[in-house]
Amino acid sequence: MKSLADITAIRDKMKNLIDTRESDEDTIRIVVGMATCGIAAGARPVLSEITAEIARRELHNVIVTQTGCIGICQYEPVVEVLVPGHEKVTYVNVTTDKVGRIISEHVIGGKPVAEFTYGRVAR
Amino acid sequence: MQELSLNILDVANNSVKAGAKLVNISLIYDENHLKLIISDDGSGMTKEVLNKLKDPFYTSRTTRKVGLGIPFLTLLAEQTGGYVEIESEVGAGTKITALFDANSIDMLPIGNLGSTASTLISGSPDVDFVFHISRGELEFILDSAEIKILLDGVPVSTPQVALFIEEYANDNFLQITESK
Ligand SMILES: Nc1ncnc2c1ncn2[C@@H]1O[C@H](COP(=O)(O)OP(=O)(O)OP(=O)(O)O)[C@@H](O)[C@H]1O
Repeated sequence: MKSLADITAIRDKMKNLIDTRESDEDTIRIVVGMATCGIAAGARPVLSEITAEIARRELHNVIVTQTGCIGICQYEPVVEVLVPGHEKVTYVNVTTDKVGRIISEHVIGGKPVAEFTYGRVAR
Repeated sequence: MQELSLNILDVANNSVKAGAKLVNISLIYDENHLKLIISDDGSGMTKEVLNKLKDPFYTSRTTRKVGLGIPFLTLLAEQTGGYVEIESEVGAGTKITALFDANSIDMLPIGNLGSTASTLISGSPDVDFVFHISRGELEFILDSAEIKILLDGVPVSTPQVALFIEEYANDNFLQITESK
């Protein structure tokens, strides 16, 4: 069983990383919709999976944030990926199964997974 | 929603939207009931808004015409034979109390409450959340302010930290929610 004091080990590891991290300009942002519509459609486990995947792969230039409803409730869970210098990519009907490919192909590989995007699904 | 913890996430997010700095979430179990209390120091609501709140066709949001969070919670409590009560004062905050009959066949499982805690704490780093879970003598408190002090400047939204909070919270929550 974990004790709260165990968090200090994570803290120390992260402190070293923050010191050596490159500038904010190359920070990739992943935004997960967490309004009622998103939550009801499964956004919380999707967020967990994204968080776990980033931690597992030790991606230190990626931040994950949450947002409210963006008005396309029928396509929730919605996940946006913002890579500096590129247009925002909106993934819809995201499931935990899709997270691995979004992280490996898009966040790491730089190539959006076209078949999961709003532009493709909503057509 | 299949888990009560998802509704807790949803309703607590209303407190965040209302500008709360502190959100208290209590789950008090006894032999037959679960009492859930979510209270905040956010903007509060006028009488008018309060009266409309249980109506799913009322929402202050602009992207969609129906509000679902509170009506969902009310439905879940009432279907077990319980109730939801909302007290609110403009400028002071809001307190939502939901009573569930824990033995009802319509009682939803609590589900992954640790994930709800982690999602709230990492999602709104400027807000503090206190989870207070008790059953008789058993008691556990998770206070995000305490976590932030230990983190000493490392963001609470760091993925490794968010994962830790989920596991740590569940280790302790389950001792209480799963005991009889
Ligand atoms: N804790 C709170 N403090 C202040 N106002 C609140 C609070 N909770 C709810 N409200 C008000 O009640 C309205 C309805 O809430 P409800 O949860 O039913 O739906 P919503 O948040 O508008 O939309 P959603 O369906 O995404 O939850 C909100 O828009 C808000 O104006």
